[in-house]
Amino acid sequence: MATAEQPVLGYGRMKRKEDPRFVRGKGRYVDDVSLPGMLHGAVLRSPLAHARILSIDTSAALQHPKVHAVITGRDLEAQKLAWAPTLSADVQAVLALDKVCFQGQEVAFVVADDHYSARDALELIDVEYEPLPAVVDPRKALDPDAPVIREDIEGKSDNHIFDWEAGDRDATDAVFERAEVVVAQDMIYPRIHPAPMETCGCVADFDAVEGKLTLWCTTQAPHAHRTLYALVAGLPEHKIRVISPDIGGGFGNKVGIYPGYVCSVVTSIVTGRPVKWMEDRTENLTSTAFARDYVMRGEIAATRDGKIQAVRVRVLADHGAFNATAQPSKYPAGFFHIFTGSYDLEAAHCRVTGVYTNKAPGGVAYRCSFRVTEAAYAIERMVDVLADELGVDPAELRMRNLIRPEQFPYRSKTGWVYDSGDYEPALRMALEMAGYDRLREEQGERRERGELMGIGVSFFTETVGAGPRRDMDIVGLGMADGADLRVHPTGKAVLGISVQTQGQGHETTFAQIVAEELGIPAEDVQVVHGDTDETPFGLGTYGSRSTPVSGAAAAVVARKVREKARLIAAAMLEASPADLEWEKGRWYVKGDPEQGKTIQEIAMGAHGTVELPEGVEGGLEAQTVYNPSNLTFPFGAYVCVVDVDPGTGQVKVRRFVAVDDCGTRINPMIVEGQIHGGLAEGVGIALMELIAFDEDGNCLNGSFMDYLIPTAKEVPNFELGATVTPSPHHPIGAKGVGESPTVGSPPAIVNAVIDALEPFGVRHVDMPLTPARVWAAMQGHTEPPA
Amino acid sequence: MQVPAPFDYERATSVEHALSLLERLGPEARLIAGGHSLLPMMKLRLAAPEHLVDINDLHELDYIREEAGELRIGALARHRELLESELLGRRFPIFHDAERVIADPLVRNRGTIGGALCQADPSEDLSAACAAAHARLVIRGLGGERVVEMADFHRGPYETAVGPSEILAEIRLPLREAAGSAYEKVERRTGDWAVAAAGVCVWMSDGAIADVGVGLAAVGSSAVHCARAEEVLRGERPSEELFDAAADLAAADCSPAADQRGPVEYKRHLAGELTRRALRRAVARALG
Ligand SMILES: Cc1cc2nc3c(=O)[nH]c(=O)nc-3n(C[C@H](O)[C@H](O)[C@H](O)COP(=O)(O)OP(=O)(O)OC[C@H]3O[C@@H](n4cnc5c(N)ncnc54)[C@H](O)[C@@H]3O)c2cc1C
Repeated sequence: MATAEQPVLGYGRMKRKEDPRFVRGKGRYVDDVSLPGMLHGAVLRSPLAHARILSIDTSAALQHPKVHAVITGRDLEAQKLAWAPTLSADVQAVLALDKVCFQGQEVAFVVADDHYSARDALELIDVEYEPLPAVVDPRKALDPDAPVIREDIEGKSDNHIFDWEAGDRDATDAVFERAEVVVAQDMIYPRIHPAPMETCGCVADFDAVEGKLTLWCTTQAPHAHRTLYALVAGLPEHKIRVISPDIGGGFGNKVGIYPGYVCSVVTSIVTGRPVKWMEDRTENLTSTAFARDYVMRGEIAATRDGKIQAVRVRVLADHGAFNATAQPSKYPAGFFHIFTGSYDLEAAHCRVTGVYTNKAPGGVAYRCSFRVTEAAYAIERMVDVLADELGVDPAELRMRNLIRPEQFPYRSKTGWVYDSGDYEPALRMALEMAGYDRLREEQGERRERGELMGIGVSFFTETVGAGPRRDMDIVGLGMADGADLRVHPTGKAVLGISVQTQGQGHETTFAQIVAEELGIPAEDVQVVHGDTDETPFGLGTYGSRSTPVSGAAAAVVARKVREKARLIAAAMLEASPADLEWEKGRWYVKGDPEQGKTIQEIAMGAHGTVELPEGVEGGLEAQTVYNPSNLTFPFGAYVCVVDVDPGTGQVKVRRFVAVDDCGTRINPMIVEGQIHGGLAEGVGIALMELIAFDEDGNCLNGSFMDYLIPTAKEVPNFELGATVTPSPHHPIGAKGVGESPTVGSPPAIVNAVIDALEPFGVRHVDMPLTPARVWAAMQGHTEPPA
Repeated sequence: MQVPAPFDYERATSVEHALSLLERLGPEARLIAGGHSLLPMMKLRLAAPEHLVDINDLHELDYIREEAGELRIGALARHRELLESELLGRRFPIFHDAERVIADPLVRNRGTIGGALCQADPSEDLSAACAAAHARLVIRGLGGERVVEMADFHRGPYETAVGPSEILAEIRLPLREAAGSAYEKVERRTGDWAVAAAGVCVWMSDGAIADVGVGLAAVGSSAVHCARAEEVLRGERPSEELFDAAADLAAADCSPAADQRGPVEYKRHLAGELTRRALRRAVARALG
């Protein structure tokens, strides 16, 4: 444990460097930015899910004494800004032109002296709508008589977006045909919302004299945003500065560019004044990027004695009114191919169909790598259904089918190459920590007494750290990340990174990576991020990619600096670089350890008057761009224990055991913090979170009274364990962990509840497992109530 | 940030002052107590009063005391004060049961019993508890005060017997011996409004239930007072069969609506199940 006297020179537990400012209330979020003369924007939103706009009258709003401007889609159209490209090769209306396609869609934008007046003025805008029938259920989106949502796309006569397949269909079908046992399960991973505590917003400040736009914005990807503004709005890229200050949670919700940002930029240019726009909670929940919404049918083929042979999954993906998912271009269903999970199969195949509906756009990776959560849920539910069919213990069934350590690197049947893994010890550890056998006994005793106790197991493998540029880009930008490291004369360092923390602890973890490589205290490394004028280019933080990609960049750039330090140390020591050896923090002469120079001495020398050899420049700095050679594959084994109230259907999560393997652990405390947060979210997803709509497309969950997120009361004391299987291709062997718990925990919890309901013959209940749904399942209802 | 429509604001210094302000400002004026029901509605612009009359300085309405054979609670007593009152917890544990599951500490620090009852939300917990306790309510106007039975207080969802220029001043709970009470609630998550809830007060005599009150929340257009369930219980010796009979009547007599908290069938089931559970605990407490 590090103390004040013992600076951390690398990996290990260390309190987060960013926390003093947060615990003292000194964080600076977008809404804390206040500029002289700043105006306030507000968005008028559609009350209807699907309607033609007959007219928009803004004259009364413009009469409001504190209003400076009102813009509509027509105004933007004149600037060719009415439509903006999404991250998935579609377009999205910035402000609606002829029709609205989801409730909450942006229709007009008002700027006024203050936030109150802007909101008041919204009520003065008169919009005449002609309601159209809405497509709400994705299962009806492709019906021949379904209304066509996207009339703006030329020639579009249905609501189909894409079909995508992975694996070998014929081989899979063949295995299924001769399989001894086949089980199928329909399941829905419902629409949920990342719901970050800080809603989305920005302050746009266009300086007409300099021609420069400064945009403080709640973004997880400041560099990508800057490039997109340049491409879309035609502003020169060097005249755009995107600053992503402290961010109150992102979870995938803050990857895309929202209409409010674009409107703020436009009105700042029009008015010549800075414009702030911060959405409220309802706007965040009803109009910004949702997650999941996968209607799935999974099938699993196995031998009678429990060898899983093949898996087949059919998915209907609801993408809402505009295809605005954020994922690598060639991957319309993200990394859903990971649905083969952690098991050694003969064949696998999936087919995903994406459709438009009259709902908010999104489908982002809420605390998971692209669609990995859906995939892990599908396979881990199916394995339990199979265990039920075979009458085999679900932990035992998993154990029999796990990929064996000698099979790594393992090529999956859908084309991934799992970098490393040692699965069985992780599962054994989780079962041991849980006291699995004893739990099963207790369950038996309780059942005798009419009590409903359930034990759920999940084993997941993730695919994170997108990604190799040969395969992966977002709107044409390769998914690499840059880093630059400058060591000042006194040996203190500044590391510039392209990713951005929204709570993950980058300022600490990345300092520790440099500390490990250079042997200087992590306290001496300042991590700069979130400002495009001050940091190298890169694609940002989401999909667990910070440590796998940017963390690798930090290690590589520190090694470059170390190599340069060797040259300078050699000059200082009048030795040959080849004769120097490295120990943490110091180059010394082989065989003469007294003769050496610390990084601090070398830094001073590099900036001083030491005579440098030919070709070696002064200073001690380096830069790099890291292009990962493969993704990383973190994994884990989770065990959940629940109690269900037989009279009310209420679920209580009694225990949760999580064994995670994320490779090298840079700061185990931060790793554990990430796991705690993700598990809490998993409890919410499994038990209570849902974005639902009525048949007219009205969103029913527009506030935290209706969109439930878990509190400390719903989450148990987490019991964490770890195994460490480093990634062989990552410079420091780290795999990323931020999203493992959200991926692995929902199936463990659902499996536990279904296990508790075994006396009722229940095989599956769709999330969220609210008391009403659990009770309905106990009564034998298979379709969950609303 | 959600912001309300423009409004004017007055701060009352006495009950008389509040009443005269209401009289003068007319029907577009609203009292504000803890603000935990009214302000959210204003921020969502579901309510847009022109004037707010703040009664938070009226400490004369902030008390919990025993007087004239009744437990008297001032309308401005906060949820938190109810929860922390030893007197209330001893005489009517139903209120402590209920307060533990109302909202969260932030809401309980500010929200008042008067505001809760006057909001008359069908899911509101204190109304069900008050119905079970056979509470009587003191309403004051400029012309004087009147006392209303809980059964006559709610006129429908979000409607009460309190007139436009009146104020709810006090809640009176009759004190009787051998009392026991309990509150049971199913919520989807801590701090959520009830899916359904049931409150029961019993007063025992010679091992039988001399009198009883059963109130339900979230299963009707306002807090439900279960007259038929009370009737089968009154004068009978407690038993599981008796509780089942009362529970069945409670379930039969409520009229829940389907929403995201659950379908009608489930809520009706809960009304029965929670009535049974509350009865068991209330009787055990009375006998204990
Ligand atoms: C997040 C959240 C969760 C909640 N969960 C629950 C829950 O689980 N169960 C539950 O029962 N409640 C719940 N509530 C409601 C909470 O209990 C409120 O505090 C209460 O309903 C209103 O009390 P108030 O003092 O805040 O009233 P206010 O909001 O100030 O007023 C409410 C209404 O009553 C009127 N009024 C107030 N005082 C008087 C008076 N003395 N005479 C006449 N009229 C008056 C006002 O004019 C207004 O119309 C919740 C509230 C929130 C914000």
